[in-house]
Amino acid sequence: MSAAEHLRVAVPRGALLAGTLDMLDALGLSTAEMRSNERRLLFEDVGKLSGARGRSTSVSVITMRPSDVPTYVEAGAADIGVTGKDVLLEQVGIDGRAGGREVYELLDLRYGPCTMVLATAGAENARGENPAVEALRRLGVMRIATKYPRTALAHMERTGRQAEIVEVKGSVELAPLAGLAEAIVDLTATGGTLRENGLVVREEIARSTARLIANPVSHKLKAAPIDDLVERLRAG
Amino acid sequence: MIHPIPSGTRDVLPDEMRELRQITDALRRGFQAHGYGEVYTPALEYEEVLARAELSEAAPAYRLFDETGAPLTLRSDMTVPIARLVATRYPQATGPLRFCYLAHCYRRVRPQRGQPRELLQAGVELIGAPAPEGTAEVLSTLCRTLESTGLESYRVGLGDASVFSTLMNGLEVPEADRAGLLAALGRRDFVELQRLAGRTGLRESAVRMLIEVPQRRGGEEVLDHAPGPVADAVRGMRQVGALLAPEVAARVIFDLGLLRGIGYYTGAVFEVYDPALGAPLGGGGRYDDLLGRFGRPLPAVGFAIGVEALHIALAGEERGTGAMLA
Repeated sequence: MSAAEHLRVAVPRGALLAGTLDMLDALGLSTAEMRSNERRLLFEDVGKLSGARGRSTSVSVITMRPSDVPTYVEAGAADIGVTGKDVLLEQVGIDGRAGGREVYELLDLRYGPCTMVLATAGAENARGENPAVEALRRLGVMRIATKYPRTALAHMERTGRQAEIVEVKGSVELAPLAGLAEAIVDLTATGGTLRENGLVVREEIARSTARLIANPVSHKLKAAPIDDLVERLRAG
Repeated sequence: MIHPIPSGTRDVLPDEMRELRQITDALRRGFQAHGYGEVYTPALEYEEVLARAELSEAAPAYRLFDETGAPLTLRSDMTVPIARLVATRYPQATGPLRFCYLAHCYRRVRPQRGQPRELLQAGVELIGAPAPEGTAEVLSTLCRTLESTGLESYRVGLGDASVFSTLMNGLEVPEADRAGLLAALGRRDFVELQRLAGRTGLRESAVRMLIEVPQRRGGEEVLDHAPGPVADAVRGMRQVGALLAPEVAARVIFDLGLLRGIGYYTGAVFEVYDPALGAPLGGGGRYDDLLGRFGRPLPAVGFAIGVEALHIALAGEERGTGAMLA
């Protein structure tokens, strides 16, 4: 089947882009154009991957925001892709509940480390409670602003606490400062933005790194090139 | 004026209907040419009847009550209703019995995902024919019927539902670790599978097997050097493969990691893939214990194709621009 000699890779823009391009370089693919042209979204032929028994697979790349990578890969619009574990936790879930995207998680690529945390303002009341703990005790629920509503809700359910999840799209750090919520659930790499806004990490929810994911049908129909790729990345 | 219909359901207009009808006509002709007689069963069944089978992910999702208050469900597949039909309408027959169907089934949907609540399934059930011959017959019927619809690039994954649990038994994986490993594999999270396997305290070669065996898929070579615990399953797959005509065997991908989200499968399981579609367009397998739950212990095997999915795959192949053909 001719389709088996081609792999389309979904590459995340943003924080994981540099690590992903370095990975593609290490595989012998050409990333010069991706590095120089930020507006182009589709790179038809970025080189070939050679595999066992003289097999050769041509590779094309599409670029998108990290949270779109599972969408393209699940639909088969990309055979494989790179995205953060944080995105997978939010979209695939950890308990296989309704709503999970059906993608295979093949490999921990180890770059792009960051942590999903629950943070609140630094201020504490006379009992030594932070605003979220106080709200939970006195009002019965904690209001949490987040871009990761499923992750936040799952964390609160797992720890037996009631929460009201407020989904925001932009800077989450603003929410506790402006009184929209007592706490935030967000991703942090260095904690710099949290500190600058006077927020303190109270709980660590999950650690995240870049992951290689695959479409379930591609994983069957293009088994050899995908396995070659995983093998090289694992060794590499 | 807009009068909405439930998400996951749709109206079909003449252009689409004509194409769907061509596909269903070809499927029906194909099934009947292989000796499968068409049956129809009610869309509504008593809840307690369908509850005799473990449908797991495909469990009935819609309940209502009849005028006496008895709970009814909308069927979520045709295999269980046909098992019920065989037990009640063919109480003496020893088979093999061959039935085919084209019928709508009803499933729960995940929000905002464009999944069908009502789906048209086409399939066959072969009852009273054990492995490997029965399995091979159904696989051949599947392939020849798909070809009669004009589908060209499809492949059929062939696995065995017992592989991973047998492997865990054979490697003496601690009882406490098994549910987690199975769940990680069910989600196809191989990173988590590897992490959990590493914590079982088993020797390194056993840990490697837990990770490596469910990722083995490809030609007949994946059946070579199968680890001891899965030797029976692998022998079964090899026997089925050996019974297939060369052009059918060429379609088969042996897959030691194939899992179906339905609980009643007991042996061989299969799935149909096409490069024009990002998800399987059908599947099936052996369910040798299901008829017994209806009082007729008979070995059985069958498959179902999603007709709408097949239509998308055919259109994608025709354009040459399907998901993975681009």
